[in-house]
Amino acid sequence: MPVLTKEQQDYKKFSKSKRPKPPLLKNMTMAFVVGGTICVIGQVFLSFFIAKGLTPSQAAGPTSIIMIFFGAFLTGTGVYDKLGKYAGAGSIVPITGFANSIVSPAMEFKREGYVFGVAAKMFVVAGPVLVYGITSATIIGLIYYLLHML
Amino acid sequence: MDFVMAFIVGGFICLIGQILMDTTKLFPAHILVIFVTLGAILSGLGLYQHLVDVGKAGATIPITGFGHNLVTGVIQEVDQYGLLGVFTGALKSAAGGITAAIVFGFLMALLFNPKSK
Amino acid sequence: MKKLGRQTVQFEKAPSIIGTATIVGPKEGQGRFKDYYDLILKDSIYQERSWEKAETKILKESVEMAIKNSKVPTAKIDYFIAGDLLNQIISAGFAARELGLPFLGIYGACSTIAQGAIIGAMIIDGDFGENVVAAVSSHFCTAERQFRFPLELGNQRKPTSQWTVTGAGAMVLSAKAHNPRITRATVGKVIDMGEADPNDMGTAMAPAAVDTIVRHFEDTGKTPDDYDLILTGDLGSIGKDIAEELLRQKGYDISNKYTDCGVLIFYPEQDVHAGASGCACAAVVTCGYVYKEMIRGKYNRVLLVATGALLSTTSSQQGETIPCIAHAIALENL
Repeated sequence: MPVLTKEQQDYKKFSKSKRPKPPLLKNMTMAFVVGGTICVIGQVFLSFFIAKGLTPSQAAGPTSIIMIFFGAFLTGTGVYDKLGKYAGAGSIVPITGFANSIVSPAMEFKREGYVFGVAAKMFVVAGPVLVYGITSATIIGLIYYLLHML
Repeated sequence: MDFVMAFIVGGFICLIGQILMDTTKLFPAHILVIFVTLGAILSGLGLYQHLVDVGKAGATIPITGFGHNLVTGVIQEVDQYGLLGVFTGALKSAAGGITAAIVFGFLMALLFNPKSK
Repeated sequence: MKKLGRQTVQFEKAPSIIGTATIVGPKEGQGRFKDYYDLILKDSIYQERSWEKAETKILKESVEMAIKNSKVPTAKIDYFIAGDLLNQIISAGFAARELGLPFLGIYGACSTIAQGAIIGAMIIDGDFGENVVAAVSSHFCTAERQFRFPLELGNQRKPTSQWTVTGAGAMVLSAKAHNPRITRATVGKVIDMGEADPNDMGTAMAPAAVDTIVRHFEDTGKTPDDYDLILTGDLGSIGKDIAEELLRQKGYDISNKYTDCGVLIFYPEQDVHAGASGCACAAVVTCGYVYKEMIRGKYNRVLLVATGALLSTTSSQQGETIPCIAHAIALENL
């Protein structure tokens, strides 16, 4: 971070008092309700697959696939972006939001071609998620392996 | 009961994300990365499984559940195949989700265009 | 010497604005100045294949329309000065490819219209040409994808964020004696007060606007009373408040005649948070509302202070603070 002069620091203090705060309570409520609702929809499928005879951990796979499909489809049809405006993290944090983060740049960069546009931009947000998710899981796996070797 | 717990746990995880977004300068991408890593760490410490037991889909549908899924996959594979499992476990367990995301993502991009605002 | 003080010029043959044109998108067309635009698009893609092509087309057509409105034959246009927000100012360059006019491409972010008008006025006052077109464009969809997020990403806009205006504004400057005229101009310095949040441009740019306004008054010996209207470019509601307060601290109370294009373009219920921004923000208000009301005589002396944030996605990802600029032009009916 650049070092700020005294004048800049004073301005930062001054401008901070002028900056409106996000409506935290309203945003939190919306995030809770929408996020909760998306998870309930997920639970409908999870319960369905468990009723069909899968174990809870087996049922999680097909459930996320279906939820990813919904997230992708609602992004394509332009609904997810409107939902996100109200729900904030409520629609970003669920797996449907992960699908949204893949479809939205893929669609957006279609004009730049199917290789450098769609396929490359698809991972603008999802790429970091996979990188950090897989790397941290692998490190944890390695620690687990070493602990069990001892 | 499962549905009520899924709502509460899932809603609560999203609520934490919202607080982070509104009180810091983090972008949605940062939130997703932090949450997936956090899910993986909590899973490694054996804590996330408790949350899944209580919240069911409320704990697996948020992106933290994806981190948990990756870690449980790694641990299972390590138990079965040893060191090789460290490298194969994560993607094996997440194969369905990642493939769905890529294929549906590509398909939707072919079918639809962004709407003008 | 045509220079006053440190940063201001006084034009001897005050160049006139003899024609303008504005084109805006549908959302802007529902805003406060809907009756002042020359063309309101039904759809911001404007029958093109990409948002970038649409922006180029809007810019090109606004220039053609402004030239037509000025009644100057196209062959008599000596320079075309334009800029926009996209990397390598492609909207301007590509519009110039269609227009076939001698072209100067400029970049001053959202202050570009004032920068273009200043250069144009200097060309005319310096006898290097008789008719100059200055134009800019911006487009919500091209700016979002370059600076922020894909359109369909379900993110939440911050209360400090501003909405990029989709539109273009063009003005034909001429050596002919006509009203309104550009009488004085103050070229701003780059001011960086250490703000780094790309979602809060108003706060970053307000000190630049203040610096230029104060410099303008000091250089010219004028006071706020010499103007009917003082208009900043795109500070938005937050930046406007800050600018007003900073000016009061420096001894200038302009609150009864001061407003901001970014605050005015949209109605608050149009959900644009802190207001509008973009090159077209100051341009469509100046070339539309201000120009037309000056011709009708509602305003006779207007000080336009167009503001710009000179950042890029690279600089903000590298954690750099935002350098900001503001240029002032005095528009007067003589």
